[in-house]
Amino acid sequence: MYTFSNKLKTFSFILMILGALGVGYGFMTSHKSFEEVEHLLAEESHHGGGHGEANAHHATPSHDTHAKAEGSHGEEAHAHVDEHTKHVEHVQHQIANRPWSALYVAAFFFMMIALGVLAFYAIQIASQAGWSPVLFRVMEGITAYLLPGAIIVLLIAIASGTIGHYNIFIWMDPDVVAHDKLIQGKSGWLNLGGFAIRGIIFIAGWALYRHFARKFSIAQDNAEPGDKTNFKKAFRITAGFLVFFIYTESMMSWDWIMSVDPHWFSTLFGWYVFASMFVSGITVIALLSIYLKSRGYLAFVNENHLHDVAKFMFGISIFWTYLWFSQFMLIWYSNIPEEVTYFITRINDYRLPFFGMVVMNFVFPLLLLMNADYKRMPWFVVMAGIVILAGHYIDIFNMIMPATVGDRWFIGIPEIGSVLLFGGLFIFVVFMSLSKASLLAKGYPLMKESEDFHY
Amino acid sequence: MEASKVIHAIYNDDDILMSAVKRVKAERYHIEEIYTPFPVHGLDRAMGLAPTRIAITAFIYGLIGLTVATLMMNFIMIEDWPQNIGGKPSFSYLENMPAFVPIMFELTVFFSAHLMVITFYLRSRMWPFKSAENPDPRTTDDHFLMEIAVNGNEEALSSMLKDTGAVEINLVDKAH
Repeated sequence: MYTFSNKLKTFSFILMILGALGVGYGFMTSHKSFEEVEHLLAEESHHGGGHGEANAHHATPSHDTHAKAEGSHGEEAHAHVDEHTKHVEHVQHQIANRPWSALYVAAFFFMMIALGVLAFYAIQIASQAGWSPVLFRVMEGITAYLLPGAIIVLLIAIASGTIGHYNIFIWMDPDVVAHDKLIQGKSGWLNLGGFAIRGIIFIAGWALYRHFARKFSIAQDNAEPGDKTNFKKAFRITAGFLVFFIYTESMMSWDWIMSVDPHWFSTLFGWYVFASMFVSGITVIALLSIYLKSRGYLAFVNENHLHDVAKFMFGISIFWTYLWFSQFMLIWYSNIPEEVTYFITRINDYRLPFFGMVVMNFVFPLLLLMNADYKRMPWFVVMAGIVILAGHYIDIFNMIMPATVGDRWFIGIPEIGSVLLFGGLFIFVVFMSLSKASLLAKGYPLMKESEDFHY
Repeated sequence: MEASKVIHAIYNDDDILMSAVKRVKAERYHIEEIYTPFPVHGLDRAMGLAPTRIAITAFIYGLIGLTVATLMMNFIMIEDWPQNIGGKPSFSYLENMPAFVPIMFELTVFFSAHLMVITFYLRSRMWPFKSAENPDPRTTDDHFLMEIAVNGNEEALSSMLKDTGAVEINLVDKAH
């Protein structure tokens, strides 16, 4: 049995409190009045920052033409004033979006870790893997975060369109939809009611599977020797879950991520998001197993198990890159305007995070985890794992932020605060769950094979 | 010459072979060679063979393939004749790189795989029309053969091998 140490509990609470303070600060400083934003933009153009030129272009003519309001010049001036107002309002909206998006990115990131682990767990059961059963309880512990995490994501998404001012999903704004033929055409799918109902169905399905898989796993522990009914039940629901998962994961990625850019669509997006969550989940399994083993709780886990998890980290990192590149290259190559804007904004405004994450998620794990000996060294796997997790946070950041805050992005207090908040919650929920059952799923039929696993 | 004499100990079970190898190593005899009909898991470790370095060569070959692909396409598409083909930006290699990645990937794999296989053939001395070095045809079917050099200790050695479960022990003069 694992006992949740008070030290770690305090640590998770500190993270949550610090995070909540950061998130609160983000929300307090994001409400800027029209004048404040105007002032901010004028100041930026004076300092000649990245925005300077564009703002000067908008701001100066409107003031110049104010003086000579006569004849045809008057109309032009009006147009300029309108443009200026629009620009300031646009920036004002982007600034207001930032804490919402920061919260959403972090909430989604931790939820996706739990979901990725659940998918991995299901695959291990369905394929009757002989090496991984010693890690089942670690995986079950991580998936405990799925239900609260997914509910939080859905609540933030819905709140952004109800109590917030459409801060994440532009299609929730009836004003925008009224003037947008493209969104009108998609409103059969993209409407708040449907969004909420679909979200509830996804979460209910995942949480139900998680609940019963865990229940059968613990029941198998306490079953009479030779009684494999719980194992068989778990196997059957797992097969069903995997079918359900691949459909709902795809739809979830359209709803929760792709619809932040309602004008854009990509067919392999669901797979791409899946690869991201899968590799993050596997990385967290590795990190958590290494942590628990270093505390002496996983005596039955040896370097061979670590080697296999690290192989998955390596392989799925490359799989993620394959999908990232396939999506990018197909759109770059054909350069169809309605698709390519997605990458143009990312390359223009997010150059470092956009290409930096490819280095973190591909080049780094590729070179670090290629060697078989390195995969057996805990500190090496931890180092690669931290970079992979940071890289996939930036991946989600790159999916959400360009659509909501545009070039007003920064990884500052709201973003870090959100990560701390949900990181603390994640640690608390996961370790709470780990302390509720034996860390070795004793009754699992393949357990002996897994304990003796040797690569 | 005494040193050219070897003992061929024949086994008919891989588990017995494994325990025999451990015994022979423990008694500090030098195993010249072992012939088996299929890979026996852990045999190399029991014999104390050095691990293979073929993965390292494959990595280097892959890097060579990547370099070849990059230099080739940079010369052809960017330096030699930078045509406008369907509006692709052929001003620099980096600007048009996504279009080259499939080739860079394939040539990396191609070089890595083929040169590694050729390295394997050369290091294992395998080629067409090479005469087989099999001391006993039964080792390709269901027997395992351990070859140990004899240095005047023939009796001690053969009684020890008999002990390990060898079904047949032959003294062979290799100097013919």
